[in-house]
Amino acid sequence: MKTVKQLFAGLILTALGLGSVQADYTLNLMKGVTKVSNDIYDLHMLILWICVIIGVLVFGAMFYSIFHHRKSKGHQAAQFHENTTIEIIWTIIPTLILIGMAIPATKTMLELNDVKESDMTIQVTGKQWYWDYKYLNTDIHFESHLDEASEKSHRTMGADPRLVPNYLLSVDKPLVIPIKTKVRFVLTSADVIHSWWVPDLGWKKDANPGFINEAWTLVDKPGIYRGQCTELCGRDHGFMPIVVIAMEQPDYDAWVKKTLEQQKQKPDLSDQTREQLMAHGESVYLKNCVGCHQIKGAGVPGLIPALTGSAIATGKWESLDGFLRAGTSKMPKFDKLNGKEFAELMTYVRNNLGNSVGDELQPKQTALPDDDDE
Amino acid sequence: MSAAVVEHDDHDDHHDDDHDHGPAKGLLRWIVTTNHKDIGTLYLLFALAMFFVGGSMAMVIRAELFEPGLQFVDPAFFNSMTTMHALVMVFGAVMPAFVGLANWQIPLMIGAADMALPRMNNMSFWMLVAGVLLLASTLFMEGGAPNGGWTLYPPLVLQPITVGKALPFAIFSVHLLGISSIMGAINIIATILNMRAPAMRLMDMPLFVWTWLITAFLLIAVMPVFAGAVTMLLTDKFFHTSFFNAAGGGDPVLYEHIFWFFGHPEVYIMILPTFGVASTIIPVFARKPLFGYASMVWATASIAFLSFIVWAHHMFTVGMPIAGELYFMYATMIIAVPTGVKVFNWTATMWKGAMTFETPMLFSIAFVVLFTMGGFTGLMMAIAPADFQYHDTYFIVAHFHYTLVPASIFILMAAGYFWLPKWTGHMYNEKIGQLHFWLSAISVNILFFPQHFLGLAGMPRRIPDYAIQFADWNMISSIGGFIFGASQLLFLYIVVDTIKGGTGEKVTAEVWEDAAKHGLEWTLPSPVPYHTWTTPPTTVPTEHVLDTH
Repeated sequence: MKTVKQLFAGLILTALGLGSVQADYTLNLMKGVTKVSNDIYDLHMLILWICVIIGVLVFGAMFYSIFHHRKSKGHQAAQFHENTTIEIIWTIIPTLILIGMAIPATKTMLELNDVKESDMTIQVTGKQWYWDYKYLNTDIHFESHLDEASEKSHRTMGADPRLVPNYLLSVDKPLVIPIKTKVRFVLTSADVIHSWWVPDLGWKKDANPGFINEAWTLVDKPGIYRGQCTELCGRDHGFMPIVVIAMEQPDYDAWVKKTLEQQKQKPDLSDQTREQLMAHGESVYLKNCVGCHQIKGAGVPGLIPALTGSAIATGKWESLDGFLRAGTSKMPKFDKLNGKEFAELMTYVRNNLGNSVGDELQPKQTALPDDDDE
Repeated sequence: MSAAVVEHDDHDDHHDDDHDHGPAKGLLRWIVTTNHKDIGTLYLLFALAMFFVGGSMAMVIRAELFEPGLQFVDPAFFNSMTTMHALVMVFGAVMPAFVGLANWQIPLMIGAADMALPRMNNMSFWMLVAGVLLLASTLFMEGGAPNGGWTLYPPLVLQPITVGKALPFAIFSVHLLGISSIMGAINIIATILNMRAPAMRLMDMPLFVWTWLITAFLLIAVMPVFAGAVTMLLTDKFFHTSFFNAAGGGDPVLYEHIFWFFGHPEVYIMILPTFGVASTIIPVFARKPLFGYASMVWATASIAFLSFIVWAHHMFTVGMPIAGELYFMYATMIIAVPTGVKVFNWTATMWKGAMTFETPMLFSIAFVVLFTMGGFTGLMMAIAPADFQYHDTYFIVAHFHYTLVPASIFILMAAGYFWLPKWTGHMYNEKIGQLHFWLSAISVNILFFPQHFLGLAGMPRRIPDYAIQFADWNMISSIGGFIFGASQLLFLYIVVDTIKGGTGEKVTAEVWEDAAKHGLEWTLPSPVPYHTWTTPPTTVPTEHVLDTH
């Protein structure tokens, strides 16, 4: 029996040991890049060590007892069954430890909660299944979706995700913030509850539909910090990452300027070849439609209609166009897309996903007069 | 299951006509039975079956998480699996298993002839079956089983693109399970308060009876709250109310508050009877009285009380006012004190004992150690600012699985090994029992310990696919999961084997050395006759009690 036990112990240690030599994962909480995240890390280490010490003492006593006070060694059982003094001691000591723990925890909690005197505010809106960032008091407003490489890989059963850089932790448009600036976040949701978490910033906060939560950060070090949605928000909950890039102030100013210019740019409504339309259409589809209607347009039986062979998708393009702009009680409206994107998307949907209407739509056909102003 | 069939004697005028019958023959015996032992058996076998159903779902989850990328299932089905795994394990396996133990053991331990309300007892079992079947039926419905998490948070579960036809079925299932639990709880309270042997005062009761008495009050207090919460979901979905819909003036966070007002006591409903069984088994194999009986009772009562006032620690990141955050942090930290008392008491019970390590004791010791580890991570998460990192990651998954699998489930196994010989009159195979223990104890740690690392490294829970840096620990965790799952088949084998005759060794009334000092049930013959304590015992064991007689 004993050798069996040793064998098992050896096996586990080997398994753990082998694991730890080969990868770049972490075992412990990360310290992060803000004062709050460092304070939280310190709290975490403090309480962890307290637990380890108590554990060593209690389990030590227990295993001493298991080893020595066994019948097979001829130990006679004592018959005591209470001791008021020791019972009082082991009630009071934990209480004192807890009070000692509560003091730094309260301090950090108050700090975490203090959103006052911020330098800028970003509104974060969770949507199924991407994040929408709006820099308040500026014109910067964009969506941040899972990057196309991860999107394609995770939707292909059996694809090797190791080939995708930063698989599932990479987005098309990251959130950019300046360092050494107190950034306030106001968080909400357009549909279900989401939660915005970047471990390096030290916190997560729920994005609740109809309500606004506040949080803040002040990053000291430029860098790229990644996180994910942490509240179950439906089928693609695992596929709405967050990427925050913290920049030096001059770089940030340049980014703001560039972004504003890009946002002012009118969409290019010139004609495209069929191949271009289809390729661009796929990108629009992957960003906006694939979460529900799926990679092959099959939808989800009982929940989401298929696009393959759908009367709406393959009927007159004008009515499909109207349908997409208006939305339904189950489907959000997509009036946020511009005329160019409408042409690309509709051409793709009508001539792929098992459909072959055979037409091709050009941006000029689908553009509305006001499509090009944002 | 063999049971002593006592000849019916027409001339025996001091017995009521109903009493001396043995069990009815055939299938009908199990359907119409009002005998606490039969109903206990039904509960336990049903729970065991559901343990394997819920376990298979866990195997699906671990198989999908074995490697990054999607290999086997669609994300929505993955979400259904996490949701159903939780619901089946909580309401189909762990809770019914403890009700089964209560049915078998409480009357035996307090010297009562049966439960106080035998017909209701039958009804609560069959309502449980109906409830679980209704829930399971959603797996075959259009749109699949509920997939919004076992917490059923709105607006997600109300969304037509997320949950199909399953929602009302899941809600009615919760109603049935709630009624079943409440009836069971009423029965347990009525039995304990009214049917104890006259010699047994409250402070003479075995800890298992005490913990179940307190648990029963928790059940009665919170099951209606849960029923109310899901009924509000139902009216929001079908009758255009707006309890949880912000657009109609409601608040989705209100649901979270109501749910966790139920949910936190609920987790103690699954752990308090666990404490009771551990406090029953450890003294027998340490050959010593339980240390600190009175403090165990008070600790259980304090934990139960505290469970009502700490619910929002499940929602530190939901956006509460700072006063709320701080209050719930302090209140939660206090739970460590009575829980600590329990762990110290179990350790002190072993201290200077004369221990032997049969399978029930092995599982109980593993429970004390591994439950304490789950308690430690619980304490870590009580620290609200730190929880802003831990919340909704694999760290919490590791935490609550430590408090449920190597705690509640291990103790249920321990109880099986401990009392099966008493119930069946047959001894289980100790070698296979120990093999089952070692495989379970080792694999459960390979399964759940790495999940701490994953959570701290930033892996959210409830995701079907993950970034590459989480790959290694997930694979190790899955391997542990498969070994753990397969090992449980040994338990199934042992249960069947023991019922059919086990080692063939005849067990004594005491089964375990000097067990009669520790509990009334060991003074009855093995196997326990179909009817017991038709005359209450005149003396009760007092060695574990304060010497105030």
